[in-house]
Amino acid sequence: MSEDPRTLRHLLSAADLDRDTAVELLDTAARMHALQAREVKKLPPLRGRTIVNLFFEDSTRTRSSFEIAGKWLSADVVNVSAKGSSVSKGESLRDTALTVAAMGVDALVVRHNASGAAARIAGWVGCHVVNAGDGTHEHPTQALLDAYTLRQRLGDIEGRHVAIIGDITHSRVARSNVILLNTLGARVTIVAPPTLMPSGIASWQCETSWDIDSVLSGKAYGDVDAVMMLRVQRERMSGGYFPSEREYAIGYGLSPERLDLLGDAAPVLHPGPMNRGLEISSAAADGERSVVLDQVRAGVSVRMAVLFRLLAGNAEVVV
Amino acid sequence: MPSRSRTPDADAATVGIVGPAAPVLSAADVARVIDRLAHQILESAAHAADGGCALVGIPTRGVPLAHRLAARIADFGDVTIPVGSLDITLYRDDLRLRGARPIVETREPAGGVDGRTVILVDDVLCSGRSCRAALDALTELGRPRVVQLATLVDRGHRELPIRADYVGKNLPTSAEQSVRVLMTEIDEVDAVYVVGGDADE
Repeated sequence: MSEDPRTLRHLLSAADLDRDTAVELLDTAARMHALQAREVKKLPPLRGRTIVNLFFEDSTRTRSSFEIAGKWLSADVVNVSAKGSSVSKGESLRDTALTVAAMGVDALVVRHNASGAAARIAGWVGCHVVNAGDGTHEHPTQALLDAYTLRQRLGDIEGRHVAIIGDITHSRVARSNVILLNTLGARVTIVAPPTLMPSGIASWQCETSWDIDSVLSGKAYGDVDAVMMLRVQRERMSGGYFPSEREYAIGYGLSPERLDLLGDAAPVLHPGPMNRGLEISSAAADGERSVVLDQVRAGVSVRMAVLFRLLAGNAEVVV
Repeated sequence: MPSRSRTPDADAATVGIVGPAAPVLSAADVARVIDRLAHQILESAAHAADGGCALVGIPTRGVPLAHRLAARIADFGDVTIPVGSLDITLYRDDLRLRGARPIVETREPAGGVDGRTVILVDDVLCSGRSCRAALDALTELGRPRVVQLATLVDRGHRELPIRADYVGKNLPTSAEQSVRVLMTEIDEVDAVYVVGGDADE
């Protein structure tokens, strides 16, 4: 996107981040995390800046962590959700975005159920845009916080092998993670039933498999250093992608038996919200390997780093 | 500070020192200046009553400088002074002009800063804006009894009403010039250079 990677204007895709920028963001997030141990968590760098969370889709953790991140950096944060706004009166995406941006906003954090919505908005408005999830396309800050959590657990990400398992077709998290993990030098294997494997998967930089057991045990593509379970997104499904929930759980759920296939140190990630008993068993979700709550904690730090990087100092870009 | 670059891992070649320019302070000069600063701190602050004294370095090069001062003070006066570091990036007033910079570690000196004489340590004092940011950042750590400032080089050009309590070397410079302090811990050599405006970025 931008000519000079140093002037990161928007964060729309994990592909906007080169390796140096991604590592810098993760380092900044670690510093932000350390500063949160203090009694007074508020830091001054974004004082006087306004961030609007423009959410056309339901969200708990992403929206609240963006809100907390902005507030801890002293920005003013306003939440606009589609329900109860002019969107429910039929206003178009462009008009809504321009209206909000016209109020003198410095950054828009956008979630929308249409792929590419954030990128479209970035082309219309003059402020910074952060993609907080667009349809089944991308969710770059989720990939960053997953990378942050992996770094916490595994040390370096370089050369590690991460298995991403579940509903890939409907997952924006999977795409962003494959891109970012590759940028950071990791190897990715995607595991999904044939019906939930996206049609363009051949162009992704990863191995693919339908057989979860051979991947987890390391027989297929070598030992797995971390497992990322994805939610079965029933709200995006229109037809029968698998015969029954029970059959999915047997075929692709992370059961206690499958946990035992993993090496001792391998953490289990899940972007949440979890369908317990479907893609992940309670033994896996609550066990020692689980870093699900670490991921949530990382969310605030990582989003602080992103907002800081975009907003602190790119003032002259926004004229 | 506008005319001062602080590339953390730069060596002499990459910080823009060109040609045969001799350093304003050689390694021996730097050692002598640090010794004198240590003596001065020892005389006036190191034995500060209630709570004692702590050195807090401002990254990047203020941190090794603070450690060296503490080591010399320990040699001369047989007192151990705790050393910390203080990241000021988030408190700078020029963030919007200069862009986001990497944040570095803040480490509280052992025993904290409350009720103590805290001496901020920086390599170059120029506009005074780093020091102002450091004062803000320090407030977040606690409430020192007294805050002082020690600097290896004072080059003038103050933009704020700030004055150093301990000055290693007064170095009159023009606004176009820039002062580069190199420290062994980071740059593999001790030296201070004045770099002409045209050799600068």
